Amino acid sequence: MRLGGWIGATWLLVVTLVAIAAPLLAPGDPLNLVARPLIAPFINPGFPFGTDQLGRDVTAMLMHGARVSLVVGLAAAAGAIGIGILVGTLAGFLGGRLDTTLMRITEAFQTVPTFILALAMVSALGASTGNVILAIAISSWPATARLVRAEVLSLRQRDYVDAARMAGLRPFDIAFREILPGALHPVVALVGVTVGGAILVESALAFLGLSDPNLVSWGGMIANGRAVIRTAPSLVAIPGIAVALTVLSVSLVGDALGTRLAPRSRAYA
Amino acid sequence: MARGTGSFILRRLVHAVPVILIVAVGVFLLLAAAPGDAVDAYLAQTGSGDTGFAAQLRQQWGLDESLPVRFLMYMESVVTLDLGWSVAVSAPVTEAILVRLPSTILLMTSAILLAAVLGSVLGAVAAMRRGSPLDGTITTIGLALNAMPGFWLGLIFIVVFVVGLGWFPLAGMSTIDGPTDPVGHALDIAWHLALPVITLALTYMALYMRLMRGAMIETRASDWVRAARARGLPSGRIVRGHIARPALLPVVTMLGLQAGAMLGGSVVIETVFAIPGLGSLAYIAVSRRDLPLVAGVVLAGTVLVIVINIVVDLAYARLDPRVADERVRSGPNR
Repeated sequence: MRLGGWIGATWLLVVTLVAIAAPLLAPGDPLNLVARPLIAPFINPGFPFGTDQLGRDVTAMLMHGARVSLVVGLAAAAGAIGIGILVGTLAGFLGGRLDTTLMRITEAFQTVPTFILALAMVSALGASTGNVILAIAISSWPATARLVRAEVLSLRQRDYVDAARMAGLRPFDIAFREILPGALHPVVALVGVTVGGAILVESALAFLGLSDPNLVSWGGMIANGRAVIRTAPSLVAIPGIAVALTVLSVSLVGDALGTRLAPRSRAYA
Repeated sequence: MARGTGSFILRRLVHAVPVILIVAVGVFLLLAAAPGDAVDAYLAQTGSGDTGFAAQLRQQWGLDESLPVRFLMYMESVVTLDLGWSVAVSAPVTEAILVRLPSTILLMTSAILLAAVLGSVLGAVAAMRRGSPLDGTITTIGLALNAMPGFWLGLIFIVVFVVGLGWFPLAGMSTIDGPTDPVGHALDIAWHLALPVITLALTYMALYMRLMRGAMIETRASDWVRAARARGLPSGRIVRGHIARPALLPVVTMLGLQAGAMLGGSVVIETVFAIPGLGSLAYIAVSRRDLPLVAGVVLAGTVLVIVINIVVDLAYARLDPRVADERVRSGPNR
């Protein structure tokens, strides 16, 4: 697993650098028609991954698509984890009726099939990048909330919390400054899963044509390649491999971090 | 057992009611936040309508009422299961959902079972050969499959097995002029569902693999296994009965929790393989912006997940005799 973590981190670094440098490496709009359609990949050094059926440069689309996947994946995961931490801390610390209500709401969000919830939100609010990020974040926060709540519940009993209370700290400060930092350990293990899941949901939404039509996305590339899948399967294969490698790398890095921070669980090794 | 089971199911259904209500409220708020309403969608579909006609329709359908009144009307429709009219499929929403539900139930159940079986077996193999190259390979393959978008894997399978090798049919649930006798028809459906089920199962199998592997590594070192070995029980029996069987419990628990994710995955799988189920209905509803249908699909999906969870909990109680009475008595405690 440690080796996997390094391989994953390397790929993520490559993708991030390419995504940041995309406007330099592939200037102009990647959706421009630039060459003869359906040039095969790995043949033409000017177009390493070929062109699609409209004559767009697959390499440029891959690079710009990386930006969308990474930005949406990271932003959505950050939103989900943020909401989850907030809800989990409040529910675990305050307890009582508020806890029960929050947990019922969490359960409701967890019961609705996540992708269908994201679909419903994009359908109602429109298919912009911001809405996609919001939709993914809102469908993914329950897991983090549950985890944080469980940790906060166990940490609440600790001595240092009593000490803080006796020192006169306000409840808000106790919850968010004393307890929360200790409760974050298991959340690290969830980060990998959440980011990977967000990237997959974004690609699925793009595949179904429900993301911003002016931006290139790996999922959208797969949808585009579907039309010519018999003659040019590389148009489907290549962007899919990009998604799979990126999500796999996120999983491996998340796993490696989880093993580092929680070595007591034998099941990980 | 039967009486306990009945009250268990009843208690879980009662517990599910507030969850469904919360979801219904959430859906209503979402629809209220959407720009444009059912009248806009209807007029866009039929292609006509001036403001006078639109106002008349709004009054007729009660859409010009205030938000609280509309909310009460909506809740009434949910409770009476009259979920409105779908302009996308030109049918009552409830009917459109019920017609497609069996296909999705068949797809989901098969995929969940296949994922659980494959995941458990491979996880068991990895656990018993822990640390070996086989263990690493199995784990990596599971992670790799989990990282692939389901629709992409489905498309790859179509290219290889349908277009390339011709082993499976391309789309749909059954051949149009196919066999009509029960066995032939069932086999025909199975042949059509094989690739979608396999795709869906492979994508979600990794989690069960890891759970099974982790749990078996722990049970392998436990006291009761040592006692069984000391008693001289044959190795195979120890692995199956004492190591693997308790390790299945976390897997079964996860089946229920993953149901929502897999139902979401079935949306793209059904769309790629043209299966007429709830998932593809969701896609139709969303692409045509048919909000009543979207709302209905969200509610139906939620109910389906709840039912799957109840079934999984019953299976768990069967598997673990320690908690059978507890679970039946005290209900869910997650």
